[in-house]
Amino acid sequence: MNGLEVVTSWYLILGALLFIIGGIGLLVRRNPLIMLMCVELMLNGVNLSFIAFSDRFGDVHGQTVVLFVLVVAAAEVVVGLGLVVAVLRASPRATADDLSALKG
Amino acid sequence: MVEVVVFAVAAAACLVGAIGVVLSRNPVHAALMLVMTLFGIAVLFVAQEAHFIAAVQVIVYAGAIVVLFLFVIMLLGVDRAAELSLDALPAQRWTAAAFGLGGAAVLVWLVAAVDRLFKGAKSLALETAGAASAGAGSEPTDYVADVSVLARSLFSDYVYAFELTSLLLIVAVIGTVILARRSYGADQHGADGRRADQHGADQHIDASESASTGTTSEAGR
Repeated sequence: MNGLEVVTSWYLILGALLFIIGGIGLLVRRNPLIMLMCVELMLNGVNLSFIAFSDRFGDVHGQTVVLFVLVVAAAEVVVGLGLVVAVLRASPRATADDLSALKG
Repeated sequence: MVEVVVFAVAAAACLVGAIGVVLSRNPVHAALMLVMTLFGIAVLFVAQEAHFIAAVQVIVYAGAIVVLFLFVIMLLGVDRAAELSLDALPAQRWTAAAFGLGGAAVLVWLVAAVDRLFKGAKSLALETAGAASAGAGSEPTDYVADVSVLARSLFSDYVYAFELTSLLLIVAVIGTVILARRSYGADQHGADGRRADQHGADQHIDASESASTGTTSEAGR
């Protein structure tokens, strides 16, 4: 063993990187579907951090929270894709910039 | 050493997939890149003894969510290449750059803070274990979170939240059905041929809706 082993900080860094990449994608992409995928990336980064802390501190509550995040993410995707289907049916080439009907 | 290799491969898959989601022009490619990231994360879950969560991750994300994405992409026929160049407003690019840099700075600061926190936590845990004099699995590294522990937590501490998730899923299903149902005037600008016969079908279903053309022009505004 040359002293190189996986520490919790690596998982946290990876989770934060996924969160950052997802956030950047959410900001720069205009396709609503890709934006939803980027939200999934951000949620997965957070899930990874939860599991890392759960493993590190020997506490199962982190895993329970991840289960709830999964359920909420599934519900969010279902509703979000329903909205995307409804919007893109009305105007097939719409991007997020075009959805300004509620702008005051 | 095996763990390091597993972490490196899985983390590389995660990052490549994440960057691919952001950069790919075709939504189908983005969805497949998302699968790559999700599998990498599932591997990392297994590496951290969260086996049940890893299985759920594969089933729910790769098996349900990404399939749903692909289904919607194919259904809408938006699987053509998007123009990345006119994809973002300049202000948004700057916001994204600021988000990335700020996130990286916070990341560096956070890792240092977390390392300190871990040192404190480890000494605290060791003290507690010493005080309990038997140890008996109270040291963090001895813990095995199998499904029974998770289930005990889920159905005792979090039972109300668990029941609420069922309510949330019901609401999501009902909301999606209502949203995705082709309603009056929601498609005034497109899908002309399909709109006509669907319109007739809706009239047939909802007999109380008499002035359907007026509703269409109002709702479509």
